[in-house]
Amino acid sequence: MAYAEQAEAELLHEPNSFLTKYIWSQDHKVIAIQYSLTAIFVGLIALVLSGLMRMQLGFPGSLAFMDASTYYQAMTMHGMIMVIYLLTALFLGGFGNYLIPLMVGARDMVFPYVNMLSYWFYLLSVIVLLASFFVPGGPTGAGWTLYPPQSITPGSPGTEWGIVLMLVSLAIFIVAATMGGLNYVTTVLQARTHGMTLMRMPLSVWGIFMASILALLAFPALFVSAVMMLFDKLLGTSFFMPAIISLGQQLDHQGGSPILFQHLFWFFGHPEVYIVALPAFGLVSDLISTHARKNIFGYRMMVWAIVAIGVLSFVVWAHHMYVSGMNPYFGFFFATTTLIIAVPTALKVYNWVLTLWRGDIHLTVPMLFALAFIVTFLVGGLTGLFLGNVIVDIPLSDTYFVVAHFHMVMGVAPILVVFGAIYHWYPKITGRMMNDRLGKLHFWITFLGTYAIYFPMHYLGFLGMPRRYYAYENYDFIPQSAQDLNAFITVAALTVGVSQLLFLFNLFWSAVNGKPAGGNPWGGVSLEWQTPNTPPHHGNWGAKLPVVHRWAYDYSVPGIEQDFVPQTVSDEELEQLRQRASASKVGGPS
Amino acid sequence: MKGADSFEPGNGWSDGANSIPPAELAARARTARVGLRVFLLVVSSLFFLFLVAFLIRSQVADWQPLTEPLAPLASPWQLWLNTLWLVLGSIALQWARMAARRGLLGATQIGFALGGVFALAFVLGQLWVWQQFVAWGYGVSSNPASSFFFLLTGLHGLHLLGGLVAWSRTAIKFRRQVPLVQLGASVELCTIYWHYLLGLWLLLFALLTSTPETYAAIAALCGLR
Repeated sequence: MAYAEQAEAELLHEPNSFLTKYIWSQDHKVIAIQYSLTAIFVGLIALVLSGLMRMQLGFPGSLAFMDASTYYQAMTMHGMIMVIYLLTALFLGGFGNYLIPLMVGARDMVFPYVNMLSYWFYLLSVIVLLASFFVPGGPTGAGWTLYPPQSITPGSPGTEWGIVLMLVSLAIFIVAATMGGLNYVTTVLQARTHGMTLMRMPLSVWGIFMASILALLAFPALFVSAVMMLFDKLLGTSFFMPAIISLGQQLDHQGGSPILFQHLFWFFGHPEVYIVALPAFGLVSDLISTHARKNIFGYRMMVWAIVAIGVLSFVVWAHHMYVSGMNPYFGFFFATTTLIIAVPTALKVYNWVLTLWRGDIHLTVPMLFALAFIVTFLVGGLTGLFLGNVIVDIPLSDTYFVVAHFHMVMGVAPILVVFGAIYHWYPKITGRMMNDRLGKLHFWITFLGTYAIYFPMHYLGFLGMPRRYYAYENYDFIPQSAQDLNAFITVAALTVGVSQLLFLFNLFWSAVNGKPAGGNPWGGVSLEWQTPNTPPHHGNWGAKLPVVHRWAYDYSVPGIEQDFVPQTVSDEELEQLRQRASASKVGGPS
Repeated sequence: MKGADSFEPGNGWSDGANSIPPAELAARARTARVGLRVFLLVVSSLFFLFLVAFLIRSQVADWQPLTEPLAPLASPWQLWLNTLWLVLGSIALQWARMAARRGLLGATQIGFALGGVFALAFVLGQLWVWQQFVAWGYGVSSNPASSFFFLLTGLHGLHLLGGLVAWSRTAIKFRRQVPLVQLGASVELCTIYWHYLLGLWLLLFALLTSTPETYAAIAALCGLR
């Protein structure tokens, strides 16, 4: 394999103007921060949209401007922003950019210019997306899956401009993600430092690496469907549009297949779940190991589980389409593959728990979030086993049970990891600690609050309460108690929403006023904690690249005083540490 | 293509062409090749999905084949001509690549220039075919076969145009008299990309000019019917 294909000691010229340092920067760390702040910004918009939806559901009619169209527009934008523009961008563009070069011991990404372009394309896609709030007809209200024909025929909100801007924005986002993904994959393959074998990489890198491969192969499916739908909408082709009568008029389309769109969309859509989940798996493994002061249990199994989940994620997509109708043998096939994916996933959960077993658990804020992730992912994953079966899925499909399932498993669980990871790596990024007390308050409100939101939704689903409805009055099968529960959920959701201000305040306040952190506040062993400067300077490593001698999980190694051995410590140095420890034991007071 | 071509150092890095040791140049060239191959994987995924969509859509009753006697692809001699341009482009670039390896600057320049010119001829030829299609009443939305023809040839052409952007950046390097070792790496990348797009075009050409019976057979084989 190729080690250190990047320069050992390239001449470094720090960019010194404000523009090249912070705006048109090619430094992976600056790009990571640009990506993250942009993603958090759009994420907040999506959060506000969900608050507006909850107001309508919990207290119908309380918002004067909320009609059915506005509701659907809020729902669509909330879903799309959260899945793509927040989570995907934050995990790959944010954490991927920041951590990959530092964790594999590279000076930067291998194509820094392309990396910079990736961010600017991402920003452009966000601007195009947000522009749709201001065009005639407003943003699209087709649901985040954008199923044709309803997404482009008159009657749905935003079929004039909104849907076009959405599709264009997605296409731009895919170009950005591809440019980023090329960098992440090639950097991992080509720019690892001396001694950093693939099997010595931290699981964070493995998760992000595999997710990048999934993104590179799956996003084209979304691109294909977006381009073909744009053709249908703008040029009058009939790729997806069947012969249809709309508002009493026969449209010019015929023969197109809406099911074809669904297949293409979910061929992207399901791997997308793992594009979000795999980085979360990786990051949380490192959080758990570091804060339990214990090596990760079954490292090799963890790596192969990541690879297996990645591969399997391409053959399960039609489990999103059981109600669309398909050959029963297909249903059987996709149900089977879906259940098989539970095996490597469960293996990961067991390994996290076994890592905690008899560890020296420090209940720091990152650890609290990591523990909450395990529980939440377990709950969301188990309901996935229900929904993976055709006969259970069909009655539960399009109810709040599904809403509860996917919010638990790919909404709350990854976002808990995002928070944990930000609290964990913030000291490296800024050189200061985030406020612990505020962090704990933020954690407990978010953790308990999200359970208050999504647990009751499972019951609403069993009651048969349909999702995607704007109002629930006058349905005999929905009891009044469901409305009370909805009001309760809304109160919880608004509380959780507002409590994120604690996090935002902490994020910006601590950058200036936080306690100075030093280079390695958590006693981490992976390379990013061994940089000569904190925050790391341009080029990351000073004159010499680090040399790696061991895996990324040497915590609590017996026979030495400190409870961690950084990856840069050689066997001889470790032996010296051992001798020193035994000498002090013999000589010192017992 | 851009991804692979712009592997030169960023704003903070030294970019004095002469100060880079050969071992490092070779390492950078290797990295750029890996980057390009990963990118080609993405393009393959994109076209694979388009082709699956094509096959599924071709099985619906309203499909009007382009290869019928009075349809524009009944005798696709223009496409054969364009194919010839693309083949010649690939040969020229391969020639440049081999000349660069042997250190022959003149031959590299000629081969490289011809590679770009032939690619441009192909793109213009494809535009001419499009014009013929429209003139015969086979516009983008006239029927799904024609929609796919425009979509697939258009996307292939766009990829070639992207390649030509990288090609012209390398051409500028030729004019700035960058050392042949470095030029060789860029020529290599262009050549790989040209070969790939030739292969892709042959696949598209074969598929677009096949008969509905062939589509039906492939679709049945893939379980899409």
